[in-house]
Amino acid sequence: MVIWQKALTFAAQLIFLFNKSGIMNNYELMVIFTPVLSEEDYKAAQKKFIDLVTANGGELVNSNPWGLKSLAYPIQKKTTGLYWVMDYKAPSDFNEKLKIQLLRDDNVLRHMFTVLDKYAVEYNNKKRSGVPTGTEKVEA
Amino acid sequence: MAKNEIKYLTAIKTEKRAKKFCRFKKYGIKYVDYKDAEFLKKFLNEQGKMLPRRITGNSLKFQRKVSEAVKKARQMAILPYVTDLLK
Repeated sequence: MVIWQKALTFAAQLIFLFNKSGIMNNYELMVIFTPVLSEEDYKAAQKKFIDLVTANGGELVNSNPWGLKSLAYPIQKKTTGLYWVMDYKAPSDFNEKLKIQLLRDDNVLRHMFTVLDKYAVEYNNKKRSGVPTGTEKVEA
Repeated sequence: MAKNEIKYLTAIKTEKRAKKFCRFKKYGIKYVDYKDAEFLKKFLNEQGKMLPRRITGNSLKFQRKVSEAVKKARQMAILPYVTDLLK
C-alpha cells in the first residue's frame, strides 16, 4: 500500500513539473520584408517579432538579419527583399499566434517556419561558431 | 595446351566506372540546410530541376531531405522554380 501511495505522489509530481516547464520546441523563422524599409524600420520590425516571442514564453536563440538580397523571382513585383532569419524556442501553440501577426503585417512579403530537429540545431550551432559543417567537402 | 583458354580478338574493357556513393553518408552531413543555395545547386541541373539519384548517387533518405530543402528554398526565393543557365 505504502509503495503504491509513493508511486502515485511521484507520478503527480512528475505531471506537475511537466506542465510547469512546458515543452519547448526549436523553430526557425525566415521572413522577407519589403525592400523599401529604412534601416530603423527593418530593426523595429525584427524587434516587434522578437518581443512577441519572449512575451509568449518563448526564448530567442539567434537573430540573423541577412539584409538586402535579390530574389530568385519577383514577389509582389519586387525583385529584392530584406531577409531575416530567427532561431527560437517556443511552446508548440505559439506559431499560430505569430503567423497571424506576420500575415497582418504589410511589410512582410513572405515568411516560413521550420521545425528544427536535433541535427538542425547542431548544424546551426556549428555554422554560427564557424566550425566546418562538412558541406564544404562536397564537390559537384 | 589448356582447353578452356579463351582468346579475344579485341582487348576486353578493363576500366571500371568509379562506384557512386552518397555524399551525405561519406562526409557525415546530417542536416540539409535550405538556406545554403550554393550547396543545393550541386543537386540541380541548369534549369533548376533536381538531379535524379541515378546521377548524384544520394541515398533515398538524403535525396528526400535534399528535395525538401530545395522546395523550401524555392518558396523563399533563394532558388528559382524555373530558369536557364543556373550555373
